Parts: sequence; structure tokens; C-alpha cells
Amino acid sequence: MKTAHMTTAKKLKIAIIGSGNIGTDLLIKVMRSEHLTCTLFAGRNFNSTGMKRANALGATISDRGIEAIVNDPSICDLVFDCTSAHAHAQHWAVLDKLGKTVIDMTPAKLGEFCIPAINADQCLASGTRNINMITCGGQSSIPIGYAISRVHADIDYIEVASSIASRSAGPATRYNLDEYIETTQDALQRFSGAKRTKAILILNPAHPPIDMQTTIYAKIAQPDLPAIRASVAEMVETLKKYVPGYQLIVPPTIEGDKVTTTIKVLGAGDYLPQYAGNLDIINCAAIAMAELIAKSARSIESAHSVAAKEA
Amino acid sequence: MAKKILISDPTLRDGNHAVRHQLSRESFIAYCKAAEAAGVPIVEVGHGNGLGASSLLVGECRLSDDEILAISRQNLTRSRLGIHVIPGFCTIKHDLAKAVEAGVDVFRIASHCTEADITDRHIGYVREAGKEAFGVLMMSHMASPAILLEEAKKMESYGAEAIIIMDSAGAYFPEDVTERISTLVDGLSIPVGFHGHNNLGMAVINSVHAVNAGATIIDGTIRGFGAGAGNTQLEVLVAVFERMGFETGIDLYKILDAADIAEKEFNPVAPSISPLSIVSGLAGVFSGFAKPVGRAAVDYNVDLRDIFFALGKRNAVAGQESLIIEVARDLAAEKDAQQGTTGKKG
Repeated sequence: MKTAHMTTAKKLKIAIIGSGNIGTDLLIKVMRSEHLTCTLFAGRNFNSTGMKRANALGATISDRGIEAIVNDPSICDLVFDCTSAHAHAQHWAVLDKLGKTVIDMTPAKLGEFCIPAINADQCLASGTRNINMITCGGQSSIPIGYAISRVHADIDYIEVASSIASRSAGPATRYNLDEYIETTQDALQRFSGAKRTKAILILNPAHPPIDMQTTIYAKIAQPDLPAIRASVAEMVETLKKYVPGYQLIVPPTIEGDKVTTTIKVLGAGDYLPQYAGNLDIINCAAIAMAELIAKSARSIESAHSVAAKEA
Repeated sequence: MAKKILISDPTLRDGNHAVRHQLSRESFIAYCKAAEAAGVPIVEVGHGNGLGASSLLVGECRLSDDEILAISRQNLTRSRLGIHVIPGFCTIKHDLAKAVEAGVDVFRIASHCTEADITDRHIGYVREAGKEAFGVLMMSHMASPAILLEEAKKMESYGAEAIIIMDSAGAYFPEDVTERISTLVDGLSIPVGFHGHNNLGMAVINSVHAVNAGATIIDGTIRGFGAGAGNTQLEVLVAVFERMGFETGIDLYKILDAADIAEKEFNPVAPSISPLSIVSGLAGVFSGFAKPVGRAAVDYNVDLRDIFFALGKRNAVAGQESLIIEVARDLAAEKDAQQGTTGKKG
């Protein structure tokens, strides 16, 4: 009995705010995690599709949004903010005061940019409590840009174009297109060191819906193709550890004055169908970070208890 | 009283598609002057896919957006300066703010015909800046009249002061245009416009039908200079509207002069209706598919045209390259089966 209680207590308590596509898919992923438990799923409307689903899954739900956490701060250790870039600014002001760690799923870029395959450890070590997951297109394209920059530190220009199924883009994504572009460009520049960056997002209304696909173009003087391919292949393997559906469709290929790489992300099909690889990759990245935080919290805790015994 | 038609001329925007976005500074100056002299009300300029679209994905523009806006503004006084933007390529901060600064008068904010909600903030921004905003629905043949109206109403609610539907694939027949334009005219309280392409030689007659159904804004380019099979030919439009007694405010002789100037200035000259354009128009499929379809036709030994028609039946849109392979594979399997049957009979 006591052991069972201990195991549950060790799981990191997660609150999800925002009951849209991202939030609901995260809920399913949290429920499956050995290290995380969802203690609150908060939206604005009990009749929304996401809320109904969360209720059916047995989650603790609230229609008070962030107030649900303000009213009972002990309800969670970590918050996934799945609302919008605009709302996140207000949410962070509140959650910061409450001492919560926040994984920001919006392109608000208030916190530390995080791509687990590149800087998970630095993010943890920095002690930041606001971790920004950039954008779905950023999670899929920046690792490739970074892998290329490991070979060529002086890239002139990187451009990333993502196509996502129209049905996988909810109202907040549509409203935040500009923030998506700006945040992806900024993070791409930060991680690749390229002089100029550009991000393009195309919402594709095709039926059947297309799988998420991203093409990365890099302008490099005299590219070392074998080295680029090796670096990219290594990165793809790292990514697959937390995003099983990540696939290299066209390996780095020289076309005129540029190196072109195309990748595709098949989702796990948790909440939205497989084509919504864009939701899947950013959520997989967020879960990977939350699990690292959970493990690190546990190791600190056990270190403390050892220290206490010794004292 | 004569019916007034507002002509919007995207020669220096859609025309950029015809030359892979390589229009020169001299061409911008020469055509702006010619259009100004003829009294063209709106001259739309930029990269073929609009402001902020110069990229490795859809082609890099010879001139920067800043250069294009500056030289066009310098050469247009009576004519209003227009731009086209597609959210996802452009942003308010980087592109629209710059265009407001550069003195653009008319902002045409575009989306695929079923994605109007991505234009919300961009239209709002333009209106707040005190400029004119039109909503543009691209590839409009892919949505039913009812859906188009629903999407157009969204744009109207964001502040759009007119709605233009584009026949991007040149797929419409006159009755399709009549049905859609009259649905929009009946359901909206703002002006409605039509932007034609000439894949099936229907661009002018479609524009006439649009006007008869209540459209008051018509797009046309000089010599039909534009993407694929080209646009509605502006000087023909002006001549036909004049004969029909519609008022465009454009001087016929001077727009004919502009056509001569354009012939000298734009190289290669006006696009023509290629066999591929005809197939693309009939199938209602974006002509940009030509290359991947050509490759699949060779790989699977099937007719390129059959692939286009099959793609049309599946409502293919750009970006669905994987569907091309699937369709080609199916066609090849069908062909094998037929040959198999014939073989047995023989």
C-alpha cells in the first residue's frame, strides 16, 4: 500500500491549460507516461470536444482556465500552456509568482527555446522555469539546420517550409501564424547560426489530409555533402528516440547553390489522426522535457533523503 | 447610367510568375508609367506569390520588396498602388508594416478558398492603418458556392472592403462564374470581384459573366502576362467593356499603347495556352504539378494527361506530391489489368 502510494507520489503532477488539439493530445500522452500524471485539465467550455474527451478519459477537468491553478496552486508541479501566444504572456506572469515550471506550447517565446535533441540538458541545467517549445515546424526543421551547422558553421541562409493538413491547425494556430513564422525564424537563427533565416507555413486543405512535411533549404558555399549526410542521419536517430514517426524523405541533396532536405512526421494518432505529425512532434518534445524534469526532481529528492538520513 | 467597373491590374505581380520573378527595375518603371498614362485605377506589384514570398520554395525575386514598392510608388500618382499577400509567407511586422510605410493604397489579403480565417489579423491591421483591404479567395473552383460565401463572410467580418475570387487553375466555365458571383453578391454587403486565368480561353467571357452577375471589380493583366496560361487580357477587357457600355475609366488607345510597350519590355512575351495549360484547366489542377507529374508518367509508363485528370477527380492541391505517385501507380495497375484481360481473350 505504502509502496503504491510512493510510486504515485513520485510522478510529476501536470496541469494542462487549453483544451484544443494540442492540450487534448498531450493529455493522452501524459496518461501513458510512467513519470507524469495529469492532475488538472483546464479549458473554458465543458462542451468543447477536448473537454468531453478529457472527461471521458477520467481527467480532473475545469472550465476556469488558469484560475483553476490560482485557486489551488498545490494541484500541479508543472504546467503545459496550450493556449495562445497572447494568453501565455498573462499566464506566465501568474504562474511565475506561484513558482510553477511552465512548458510553453505557444510561439510566445518568453522562455528558453528548447529542442530536446539539441539542448535538453542545457535547459535543465539553466534552471529556467519557462521552457518554450518554439513551434511544430521548428521542432521538425531546426534539428536538421543544427545538424548542417555542425559541419558548416557559416551558413548564409536557411529556409524552412512546412506543409500541414488544414484540419490539424486549430483556431489558435491559425490566429498565431505571424508568431509561428517569427518564432521559428528566430529559433532557427539561434540554433543554426545562419546569417538569414526564413520560415513558411502552408495550410493544405487536401482530402485525404496530407502528412506533415518540412523541407529545409540551406545556402552553403562548397558544401561537404558526405559530412552533412552523416550529421543529419545521426540527428534523425536522436529525434526518433522521442518522435517515433520522424522520417527522412529526401536526404541532404545538392540542388544548384543549395542543399535541400525533406522530412516527414507521422503522428502517433493519439488524439488527431496520423497526418497531424505537427501536433505530435511538438507534443513528443514537450513530454520528453517534462519526463526529464520529473526524473531530475526525483533524483534531487532522493539525494535529499539520503542527506537527511546521514544527518 | 453606365455600370462602373473597377479594374485592378496585377501585371507587375502575377506577370512575375511568367518570368520566374525576374522582372527588372526598368520593366517596373516602364509599365507603371504606361498604366498611369492609361488611367488604370489599381496597379498591383510584387513577387508572383506576393509580399514576403521571395524564397527558395517558390522562387527568389530579382528585386527586393522594398525596391519594388519604392520604384512603383515613385511612378504612380493617379493610379493606386496595390499589393497581394498570403499569410504564412508574410507577416504583419515584417511585410505589411513596411508596405504601409511605403505608401501602398490597396492591400489584397489572400488565402486558399477554404482558409479565410488566416487573414483575420492581417485584414484588421490594414484597416487600422487606415488603408483599403480586399479579401482574396484563391483556387476558388475547389469550393462550392455556399462554402465560398461562408469564407467570404469571414473576411467581410474581419473588415475586408471587397472580396475577389480567383480562378487560379483557369477551370471555370461562364455558368460556374455566374453561380458563384451571384451567390456572393446576394450574400455580402461589400463589392465582389473576379480574377480569371485563361487555360481554356474563357478568361474574358468569364469576366463578362462575372460583371453581368453583379461583380464590380475585375482583374486583368496586359497581354495576359501571368502564371501558367496567363490571366484575363487587360486590353481586350477594356475594349469589350467599352463596347458593352461599362465604364472603366481606362483610355482605350493608351492601354493599347501599354500593350505595345509591354511586348517590348517583358521578355519572354505574353504566355500562350500550352497543351499542359489546357489539361490543367480541364482537370482543375494547379499547373505547378507539371514537373512531378512528368516524372511519375515516365516512372510508371502512363500518360501524363491521365494523371492530371485523375488528380482532378481527387481534388489534388499543391503539396500533395505523394498523391501523384499513388495515382500513377493505380493507373499503371489498371493498364496492366486491361492488357492482361485482352491477352487472355486473344
